[in-house]
Amino acid sequence: MTRSGNGARWIWVFAVALALAVPWAFHNFQTGRDSGFVLSMLSQMGMMVILSLSYNMLLGQAGLFSLCHATFFGIGGYATVHFLNAAGAGSLPLPMEVIPLLSGLTGLGLALIFGYMATKQRATAFAMITMGIGELMATAALMFHSFFGGEGGVTTNRMIDHSLFGLTYASGMQVYYLILVWTLICAGSMYFLTQTPLGRMANATRDNYERAQFMGYDPRVVRFLQFSLSGLFAGVGGGLYAITYEIVTFDALAAPLSANALLMAYIGGTTVFGGPILGAVLITLLQSGVSLLSNSWLVYVGVLFISMVMFAPAGLSGLIIAHGPIAAAGRLRRLTVPYLRLVVPFLALVLGFVGLVELMSFLTIGAAQGKKLVLFGSAINIEATQPWLISVVCLLGGGAWLRWEARAFHRVWESLTADLKQRDRV
Amino acid sequence: MEIFVISLLNGLVYGMLLFMLASGLTLIFSMMGVLNFAHASIYMIGAYLAFQVSRVVGFFPALIIAPLLCGAIGAAIEIWGLRKVHHNGHIAELLFTFGLVFIVQRGVQMTWGMLPMPYRVPALLDFPLFQIYGANFPAYRAFMLLISGGMLLSTWLLLKKTRVGLIIQAALTHPNMVSALGHNVPMVFTTVFAGGCLLAGLAGVIGGNYQTTEPGMAEAMGPIVFVVVVFGGLGSLAGCFIASILMGMIQTFAVVIDYSVADLLRPLGLALKADNLLMEVLTVPIARIGALLPFAMMILILLFRPRGLMGTRDT
Repeated sequence: MTRSGNGARWIWVFAVALALAVPWAFHNFQTGRDSGFVLSMLSQMGMMVILSLSYNMLLGQAGLFSLCHATFFGIGGYATVHFLNAAGAGSLPLPMEVIPLLSGLTGLGLALIFGYMATKQRATAFAMITMGIGELMATAALMFHSFFGGEGGVTTNRMIDHSLFGLTYASGMQVYYLILVWTLICAGSMYFLTQTPLGRMANATRDNYERAQFMGYDPRVVRFLQFSLSGLFAGVGGGLYAITYEIVTFDALAAPLSANALLMAYIGGTTVFGGPILGAVLITLLQSGVSLLSNSWLVYVGVLFISMVMFAPAGLSGLIIAHGPIAAAGRLRRLTVPYLRLVVPFLALVLGFVGLVELMSFLTIGAAQGKKLVLFGSAINIEATQPWLISVVCLLGGGAWLRWEARAFHRVWESLTADLKQRDRV
Repeated sequence: MEIFVISLLNGLVYGMLLFMLASGLTLIFSMMGVLNFAHASIYMIGAYLAFQVSRVVGFFPALIIAPLLCGAIGAAIEIWGLRKVHHNGHIAELLFTFGLVFIVQRGVQMTWGMLPMPYRVPALLDFPLFQIYGANFPAYRAFMLLISGGMLLSTWLLLKKTRVGLIIQAALTHPNMVSALGHNVPMVFTTVFAGGCLLAGLAGVIGGNYQTTEPGMAEAMGPIVFVVVVFGGLGSLAGCFIASILMGMIQTFAVVIDYSVADLLRPLGLALKADNLLMEVLTVPIARIGALLPFAMMILILLFRPRGLMGTRDT
């Protein structure tokens, strides 16, 4: 236990060090300029980590499937724009570093109201109420112009000339470090919350509702507190969003962002505290990378998500943790060959699938946009049968082969874990 | 008066369309406890398939073929998807159908492109049926009423008067007992899921050319259908029917009401100006917040009557 505990601690230290160092790896020291793309991606990651971690306070820790998480993120963002405008005009004497706290309090305020309604129910009814709340707020944002600014959103200027450390926040680098600090504060407090009686009771109401009631706790109060606090953190995330982009529109509040929070948390893994962080980083990376290359980003995420739901409900972090006992017993090497045997059919399957999706989307959407499909530097004629045939063969052949290899892999895995169990007993 | 009658007719048409979608969803939801997020996606697939099929064989054969294809898709989803994740609990099933929405959304865009399809009302039905206060009532809307009314009747007969219907009804409330009596409950589930998808597909066929067949149609319809199902209550087709008609009416009537709360206050000598959020809420005309009303109503009913209008148990 201590060994894995130490290992986990080193992973955290490493992650923080990486987050501190990465912008400098892309910093051009000759010209003294930062890479704008990398910085904005990293900033986005920070916000998304807060969003998905706070979402996991509901889905993972309390078993509540919420569909309105972006509401609190968005309201934090909108409020922050108004705070910044007030601060810029001199009527709000607060330094920049403290403003995200105000955004969080706005999120908390709204979450208290909506949480009171939504947490009367659980499971599917809870999901439905939150969907209603999300749609309600998204429609309202388009209708009421004085606060939400309608379709155009509201804009601000983050250079309010008031900072604890004398920073101007003119450069992306300064903003990134502000985001990083707030992300660490939020992640730290959310981790702390999981260790408190509230966090434990949230787990209890998730696992066995009736027993939690018998113990004398009101599950509704537990859900309500958990929901409100997750709204607080989402609000902080929204505040950082407003500070980074200096504009907040309907997108920051609408259903696609709520769905994104769910995808990040679930793909990363909801059973481990760090899972949503992994998910947020990975999805943001993919989103910035793949969406530049391909139109079909949503299909890939959808398929990834569905395969996780079907085959790995504990998410990526759950998959990694499943290797823990085998690694501890020093048997990880015995999995190398089975893993290597999975690689080729898996790649063939992915290649076939991606090929078909891209060919199809180029036939319709790409044609409408006048784009040409270019793979490995050569233009591919999408009208010819050859690429289609190759993709179909790869998809079907790879699928069948992968199924076969997966069975073999499963056998090896089972025998290994059976071995370990035997050893434990002896 | 004329606005009232025309809105009433339009509300009825829209409400019946909603009911076709919602009735399938209610059956699936009450039986399997799965709220199928992808239901509106099936509706969209139905419209696209109808467009594709009707180009080859004409509208009326497509009216039968497209829903059947949707039913087959539904059966496939149930057998190879939902059944596999069933043992992971309801949340996993919800998540599964939630993921399907993305795939269908993008898949439709990939297959048919981003632009609306030229899926039109068949020439045979493209004439004004009668005039009312100088406005034409298209024959196609009457046809929609006919189809949805016929569907309502046949579903009701199927559920109340046949043996299959009895088993389905029993499985709605007592799945374990039905299984103990030797009926194949998973098979019943697949049938109901496929049947629900078939109805959604049929709604897509007649709704696709009433509205527009475009990639955003599932997104536009989805939330409203959930509202109807939750509002009507679990396990009650009658509640679902009332809720559908009610939502249809609200949506069409809200558009023509140009009053706001501020107008009510005006006789009291209060004049409000829309310069901050609160004042804006009070002065916005009902016509502009029409889209908001169904969600507000759903939240209210879940708060005060969690089982919905006529539901037999809590959602």
